[in-house]
Amino acid sequence: MSQQERREAVVRELLDAGGPAVVPPGLHEDAVRRGARMLRRRTVARRLLWLLLLAAVVAFAVWAAEVQPWVEPPSRTTPPLTRW
Amino acid sequence: MRERQAAQQARRAREFQAFVAGAAGRLLHAATLLTGEPPGANPRARALLTAALASTYASWDRLRGEDPYDRTRTALVVRYARGARPWPRRPCRRRGDGGPLSRLSPQERLVLVLRLYEGVAEEQTAALLGLPPERVRTLCARAVSVVLHPPRGPAPLSAAPPVPPVPPGALGKAAS
Repeated sequence: MSQQERREAVVRELLDAGGPAVVPPGLHEDAVRRGARMLRRRTVARRLLWLLLLAAVVAFAVWAAEVQPWVEPPSRTTPPLTRW
Repeated sequence: MRERQAAQQARRAREFQAFVAGAAGRLLHAATLLTGEPPGANPRARALLTAALASTYASWDRLRGEDPYDRTRTALVVRYARGARPWPRRPCRRRGDGGPLSRLSPQERLVLVLRLYEGVAEEQTAALLGLPPERVRTLCARAVSVVLHPPRGPAPLSAAPPVPPVPPGALGKAAS
């Protein structure tokens, strides 16, 4: 056992002194309350994001059905006369 | 659907309560060491632990075999490190009558608690704190020597050779 290890063992004992702390009675309830609130918020945020995605998809579909960008627009110029 | 959700909630509450009953004492002790508060009056440590436990509770269903103790400890350490401003290593003299680590800087306390109290490996400690492993070793050695030898006066390390007393006037002579 090197000197450093011995010194570390002494400090370890010092840190362990007093053992596990006495947990105040309300701590578990507080943690559960806050954790449940975080879970609720996350759920709400997730739902909002899904809703936003759904709205975007619907908006795109409506726009696409209306404009039909895949259809070739009617030609504005007169086709050239080839036979006369 | 609703039934399954209720059953899951009940299971989570039961498991979480068992976990807190088993681990909170040790975690609170670690948090109290970190904040440097006296064991009887540790509001900061309690607030830290409550926040860390709350985040563990919130992710309880997604742990997938991960150790909740490790997770809570990580949350605790990260939260403490983020809140412990100023970060530079200067002795923090908030209250002189604090715990055994009240003479150390926040960073030294983090290293000491993780390495010696929690027994976390050097590499993991380094990764958790965002430091190189050599730095963790140095900090740990420094913290150990400060804890063992309170800096009342020069207090030479037991391993270092004693510094010979400088005769008065020697400094002046050397400078001229």
